[in-house]
Amino acid sequence: MSTRTLPLLFINLGGEMLYILDQRLRAQNIPSDKAKKVMNDIITTMFNKKFLEELFKPQELYSKKALRTVFDRLAHASIMRLNQASMDKLYDLMTMAFKYQVLLCPRPKDILLVTFNHMDAIKDFVRDTPSILSQVDETYRQLIEIYTPLSGGEFQLIRQTLLIFFQDMHIRVSIFLKDKVQNSNGRFVLPTSGPVPYGTHTPGLIRMFSCNGEEVKRTQFRDGGNYTSALREGSFELFGDRVIKLGTNMYSVSRPVETHMSGTSKNSSQHTKVNTIPNPLAKEELNLLAKLMGGLEVQKPSNTDSGFRVNLFATDEEEEEALISRPEELSYEVINIQATKVRSEPVCPHHIVTFIYTVLFPLIA
Amino acid sequence: MAKMYHKEKSIQIKSSASALYNNLSVLRIAPRCLTYFTVVHANVVNMVSASWDGLNYSHRQLQSKEGNVATSSSLIMQAAWCVLPSRDLLVLTSQKGIQMYESDGSIMVYWHALETPETPTAQAVFARGIAAVREKYICVGVSSGSVLVFDVPSKGSNITLSEVLEEHTEAITDMASECSGSMECIADLVSADDSGLLCVWKSGGDFQLLNKIPGFDTSCSSLKLWKGTVIAGYGTGQIRLYEGVTGILHAEVNAHARWIYSLDIAPFTGLLLSAAEDSLVRVWHLTITPETNSVEIEHLYNECVTDTQICGAKFCDGDGYAFAVTGYDLSEIIRYTQA
Repeated sequence: MSTRTLPLLFINLGGEMLYILDQRLRAQNIPSDKAKKVMNDIITTMFNKKFLEELFKPQELYSKKALRTVFDRLAHASIMRLNQASMDKLYDLMTMAFKYQVLLCPRPKDILLVTFNHMDAIKDFVRDTPSILSQVDETYRQLIEIYTPLSGGEFQLIRQTLLIFFQDMHIRVSIFLKDKVQNSNGRFVLPTSGPVPYGTHTPGLIRMFSCNGEEVKRTQFRDGGNYTSALREGSFELFGDRVIKLGTNMYSVSRPVETHMSGTSKNSSQHTKVNTIPNPLAKEELNLLAKLMGGLEVQKPSNTDSGFRVNLFATDEEEEEALISRPEELSYEVINIQATKVRSEPVCPHHIVTFIYTVLFPLIA
Repeated sequence: MAKMYHKEKSIQIKSSASALYNNLSVLRIAPRCLTYFTVVHANVVNMVSASWDGLNYSHRQLQSKEGNVATSSSLIMQAAWCVLPSRDLLVLTSQKGIQMYESDGSIMVYWHALETPETPTAQAVFARGIAAVREKYICVGVSSGSVLVFDVPSKGSNITLSEVLEEHTEAITDMASECSGSMECIADLVSADDSGLLCVWKSGGDFQLLNKIPGFDTSCSSLKLWKGTVIAGYGTGQIRLYEGVTGILHAEVNAHARWIYSLDIAPFTGLLLSAAEDSLVRVWHLTITPETNSVEIEHLYNECVTDTQICGAKFCDGDGYAFAVTGYDLSEIIRYTQA
């Protein structure tokens, strides 16, 4: 639907990923210089100029498989290693968190504020490294340029596109269950109280007018909720108070990332895949961004001692158990691709072929 | 105080409802004691036929048509029945075009492809907004703001595009035709777009623009037209009642705390149904007296569908005796009947 959805999906999911990894690196007492290197490497890769150029082009959303592969490669953009089970769980947490944020955004335009919350946090992670900082600032400018002129209706279309992507995902997340923002059936709690969105009036008033515009009658109805007036509007600038709390880091030392996999709800069997129709272009699009990711792998040290593994679970045994017991319908079926192979496709849009030859080959060489 | 409506047994559907405006369409087939429902899930339309005795349900799924080239799957924006004097047609609007089926979804009788650019552009391309007008027109909106007018013969597949109305510049969100059954109403059709602009039309060989009611920079996501009065639901949660031909604002209701997704009217009684992302379905009563040109709206009832962002709500009959509701991620059609 909306061709402007992918950048928001990627940046917000990336932001959640960084929150989770940051917390796990600290929980596992990884030395701070190594932890910082991991965060910097991932952020550098996320905001690579060529990658972002491709990302910001108007295009349809990727399939779940394709996007998962991009994040697999992003997570491995440095010396950190994740086993399959941990990567699966990381992705579950990232996606459920962003689904929650999209659903609970008071107005569709607030998705941009959620994005800025993630960007603000990312900026803070790299505040000591000017080179990466400038990449992040450049991305802010692009976001502001492309998204601030969009109307409410266009943002709603973006939101609807994202909700189709997240359709039928009901994975239970401990931190959400504890905070009572998610029910035990995996569905999020939608409160009928609190401030109304910016630009909306609290429900209750009916005004009736005569033919010459005079108000002739005013009545109130009981709306059944407990709403208050809207808060002030958040800032859409490079800096500023975003007001909305969605998209800020919900993990901390005292609120760790969950350490055991919650089961799925009964409804997971109705997990209908959206892209059931075979898509010859899917492999091509998969190659494009994922290739870019692969081609940007930061230099790894020759000795494997400085590499280390991060576990999203409390123990290695738990991680292994999670891999074995992961329900079939939640398998991400990651496609294993070779970054150096280029297939000659009979149906390959001209602009993709051009891109491969002018941009990709120099990167991979 | 007794509740006005009580919940009935839900109808299960094969896949969950997507978050799309007006995502429920209902067709009552009295001679066969059946009601058809359609709910859109991504690139599929779930169709259920329910017998009135509650004993028989049959399901059918319709897919969006790809067009000539097998490219990425085309998402469906809306599905709705168009009731014309001689026939009922089921219309599907998607990113690639417009499909029209016989009312039971068995045969596709017409396909109209939208012009889609080779590489995606910043402005999305899709069709959305469906209305049957008078004896023989089906009107469909497009993301460019155009309204396509199709001429429909009383039977067969010789449907033709008779006119393209170009008044809107923003994407069409919804369209509604006069549903009171009265032949005295001048306005036949109203169309709305993302800027909240409402265009009021008179049908004919050439459709005539009767009025343009400016928006207030808020998308109008759902529309009804009854006894010449335009009932419009907005992204701010407001409902506004305008006199179509003159543009006079009769009433303004701070109805919902979130974006309105669906409006429906029961033409025999003037009951109005509104539903929004705030989990609430509200029932109102409209009193329109054309002689004195007065329009009154009164609130009657609330129903909260817990933890659900509602995307479709429709009355199941012309009196408003029963209504049905769909919600994002819900695989059921929830039904309510007057107590």
